Amino acid sequence: MNRNVTGWLLLLPAAILLVTFTHYPALGTLYHSLFSTPKAGRASVWVGLDNYRAMAADPVFWQSLQNNLLFALGTIPTSMALALAMALLVNGKLRGRAFLRLSYFTPTILPMIAVANIWLFFYTPGYGLLEQITGLLGLPSHNWLGSRETALGCLVVVTVWKEAGFFMIFYLAALQSLSPQLGEAAALMGAGPWYFFRRVTFPLLMPTTLFVLVNAVINSFRLVDHIVVMTKGGPDNTTALLLYYIYDVGFKFWDQAYAAALTLVLLVILAAVTLGQFLLLDRRVHYQ
Amino acid sequence: MTRALETAGAWLLGVLWALPLAYAVWTAFHPAEFSTRFVPGAPLTLENFAKAWAAAPFARYFVNTTLLVAMILAVQLVLCTLAAYAFARFAFAGRAVAFLLVLVQLMIMPDVLIVENYRTMSRLGILDTLWAIGLPYMASAFGIFLLRQTFKTVPKELDEAARVEGAGPLETLWRVYVPLARPVYIAYGLVSVSYHWNNFLWPLIVTNSVQSRPLTVGLQVFSSVDQGVDWSIITAATLMTSGPLLVAFLLFQRQFVQSFMRAGIR
Repeated sequence: MNRNVTGWLLLLPAAILLVTFTHYPALGTLYHSLFSTPKAGRASVWVGLDNYRAMAADPVFWQSLQNNLLFALGTIPTSMALALAMALLVNGKLRGRAFLRLSYFTPTILPMIAVANIWLFFYTPGYGLLEQITGLLGLPSHNWLGSRETALGCLVVVTVWKEAGFFMIFYLAALQSLSPQLGEAAALMGAGPWYFFRRVTFPLLMPTTLFVLVNAVINSFRLVDHIVVMTKGGPDNTTALLLYYIYDVGFKFWDQAYAAALTLVLLVILAAVTLGQFLLLDRRVHYQ
Repeated sequence: MTRALETAGAWLLGVLWALPLAYAVWTAFHPAEFSTRFVPGAPLTLENFAKAWAAAPFARYFVNTTLLVAMILAVQLVLCTLAAYAFARFAFAGRAVAFLLVLVQLMIMPDVLIVENYRTMSRLGILDTLWAIGLPYMASAFGIFLLRQTFKTVPKELDEAARVEGAGPLETLWRVYVPLARPVYIAYGLVSVSYHWNNFLWPLIVTNSVQSRPLTVGLQVFSSVDQGVDWSIITAATLMTSGPLLVAFLLFQRQFVQSFMRAGIR
């Protein structure tokens, strides 16, 4: 049989599903964002850029974007730094290494929704564990998830807890692939551990760092399960991330056209992240 | 000195990381009055689990999730294997472009296309079914990519030897490539199962009955309807839903960690 025919036949089943549930909806998002949402007795009509004008004037949209940025800034550097630290620690000869590895990694296996339930209890005003600790220290009671100042921070903590161990294993894999002779050579030359880390290990880990970074950025725009459980975007939309707002608009207010316009913003952000990854790959990253 | 400091730091982090789960286990296995009182010797009980099990159709949710996860994985394995084989070993016209189009899914995952995919499911008339939950994930770019990399490392001589014996493309795939890619299949399988066991937002959107709800959504419905806020029972339900995966992980730790590692290295 012809190579062309065989190749395409093998690809066909996957291609059909990919086109139906990835490419078509991505384009459909743009298309439907240019129409109005059909309402009782009124069909969907072409409205041009009206949805985008509404978006520009929608304070909740801007806030969700800002929240998402803060959330990304809060979760990404922290979880990556912790992941690297965990990997370095667990890679050495520590007492109880097996337990530590297990402890760091276990949150990865749990559903985000279960994690959110557990932490919800932790943050509960009055008798949650956090309140008990602050109570013992004589601090005043505080509604952690219910106040504008602390709600997003609480979600950041949960996310860091959930993700750090996941990112750790990529660093661990990279560390284990580094040649032990590097360390021996450095020790012979009298390089201290910190110097060695800064000038040798860290640069060599750069591809891993970039990989983890891209994953972390994508996750910060993709994962909103914990918001559904813990805050529902409140108080006063201070924890509404972009995807959560899309969910709210699309499936609680059933304004699907506006939700499509919001989704397009999210798609553009994700595309920019990926393009940025390719551009970065060309330059700053050290190849092994 | 540094050594001791490192160990102390590692343990502090380790305890901090284990604490939330340990706390959940304590709450779930003790009567409600001990849920925030950590007294040694507090009576152990399974009653919270029994109450949770009786209060919501968790048995049905377990069946749904198991079916869903198995269904997604089965289709993924077949489709990704075929597509990966095409990309690895057939220089068909348009291969490079087709491959780039596949990779688009790594950037735009079904998780963010909820609005349009809901529209599609509604038009297909399959809202509130396991198919609606699973279909967007079944052609997995990640799986195709992973298997393509593996298939490319298979020596061409093996492929040719099978052809000489008269095997067609599918038979060669089945006899030569699939057996050699076994560790990758295991890795991909573990990652896929944990992902879909835990997936929440999309199933929440497309399901609205006990018949199709997976565990994660069932847990959410259960814990938000319960106005009595009996944390011990909710925590028991929470542990129950994550239980099978957690137990599997504790038993096969090494495989899990290695699978996640393998799946992440591209």
